[in-house]
Amino acid sequence: MADAVDGASGRRARLVAAARPYRVLVGARVSAQRSYRTSFALDLAGSLLVGLVELAEVWVLYRAGHGIGGLDLAAVLLVFGLADVAFSTADLVAGHVDTLPRYLRAGTLDVFHLRPQPLLAQLVTSDISLRRLTRVAVGVAALVAGFALNDLALTPAHAALVLLALTSGTLTFAATFVAAAGVQFFLVDAAEMTNAVVYGGRYAATQPASVWSRPLVALFGFAVPMAFTAYLPALTLLGVPAPWGLPAEVGWLAPLATAWTWAAALLSWRTGVRHYQGGGG
Amino acid sequence: MIVRRSPIPAHPVLAGAGAAGTAAGGPARLWLRVHGRLLAAGWRRGARYRAAALGGLVANATFGFLKASILVAAVRAGGGQLGGYDAASITAYTWLSQALLGSVNLFGRNDLADRMRDGSIAVDLLRPVDVQTASTAQEVGRALFALLPRGVPLVGLGVLVGGLRLPADVLVLATGAVSVGAAIVPSHLVVYLVAATGFWTVETRGVQLLYMVLAGFLAGLFVPVTLFPAWLLGLARATPFPSMLQTPIDVLSGRVTGVAGAAAVGAQLGWIAVALVAGQLMTRAGRRRLEVQGG
Repeated sequence: MADAVDGASGRRARLVAAARPYRVLVGARVSAQRSYRTSFALDLAGSLLVGLVELAEVWVLYRAGHGIGGLDLAAVLLVFGLADVAFSTADLVAGHVDTLPRYLRAGTLDVFHLRPQPLLAQLVTSDISLRRLTRVAVGVAALVAGFALNDLALTPAHAALVLLALTSGTLTFAATFVAAAGVQFFLVDAAEMTNAVVYGGRYAATQPASVWSRPLVALFGFAVPMAFTAYLPALTLLGVPAPWGLPAEVGWLAPLATAWTWAAALLSWRTGVRHYQGGGG
Repeated sequence: MIVRRSPIPAHPVLAGAGAAGTAAGGPARLWLRVHGRLLAAGWRRGARYRAAALGGLVANATFGFLKASILVAAVRAGGGQLGGYDAASITAYTWLSQALLGSVNLFGRNDLADRMRDGSIAVDLLRPVDVQTASTAQEVGRALFALLPRGVPLVGLGVLVGGLRLPADVLVLATGAVSVGAAIVPSHLVVYLVAATGFWTVETRGVQLLYMVLAGFLAGLFVPVTLFPAWLLGLARATPFPSMLQTPIDVLSGRVTGVAGAAAVGAQLGWIAVALVAGQLMTRAGRRRLEVQGG
């Protein structure tokens, strides 16, 4: 019994120690925002505007009332809410991984290798974009509205599915950022190519996958499984059968999509880091 | 080096161009020659960034496929028509908007904003060319080049894979080409206005973000503006943004022809004039206010 207690407290101590860089980082960012309050407030307002305009795009398209791809406005709000919260949270935590090209061009990536932490961990914990909080709020509002408009009760099963979808969705989007960063080691000027997957993926995640053509299903259904971040879990929540003959419970398979995307992302990252030869800076 | 109340004289060529324009057309020809050279310089600069153009092409193509899918599904759900578009015209709309995206500046960023931040704008103000027209000419040159590696392949992709059909009428295509030119120019002129706010506040990132968000939405990048509710459509029409994207697509795809097409192009030219005047006023006011940090 004493061993179990020691083991538990030892594990907790290790977790606390591992989270220390993040605590320091968040504390530093919070005190930085306090110094530049106006700038931070404007950043928050800007993110809010971005979130609202994205919601408006969905609303303008669906407001005619006919429904698209089997989803009406209420259902698509659910999809949009899940996708947007997941993407904005991933952007908040790991969005700055796209500053990697700056280090590559300046040749200052070698400094990261001198530190006793993995390169990716350093890059991810190097910043946290608190200004994205308002965009997360817009996504949460859309999700709540989706729940209300669809008369969904917050049963334990539904809550578990939403939590699972959001967690695996956030991790999937974070994996796309990392995969895109890994490819930056090879693309120098063509960085915009990865936008196709990262921001295209975000756009695809808010769409009903049933309207996609075959190549799109291959790309965003399997290769970069965006359909699992929001659309399929939303169908499971609504109890609607999924397209292509899939069962209605397919939304619970979201973690499989996350695992697949992270495997691809880490492979991309490793290949890129191995390929890096240093700029001699 | 802090520069205040810069003693830069009014531009000699442009100031005299009005009065001396009738005499041998000298100053006007000079103006055209200078800006033609700047346009060519911008074009050559764009030609250097081929890898970036390829990256942009891939991104635009992906978005083209995604948008075409959802919009065609929306048209089908609406019983074959949506806001005046049928499946064929909405496909044209999707692919043409992606093709134009590399040339029409809906992102709000340009080199002038960076030059404001690091102080090189002082050098630009010392040159004997108008800052607004000179920087816009270079940006337009680059944008025109971008039509080749990004615009044309996307139209080709739309025709091959997306089912895009351009009208065969030469007059429609010619008007469309004019409309595309008349869309690229005001977009860069308005982005100049965004950068010119840097005369007052050195950092223009906030205004850029605002521009990017509003411009994309009101220009009809995500959905055609005809789908907007009436109040939003009125709001959009009061801005230059629909002239930057919606109008050239409508004219080029043959959806708006004849008198309506001419009126649309006329509106674009009107916005060019408005943006030019606004830019001149802002530059004149900002030049007095300018504060350059750093040496």
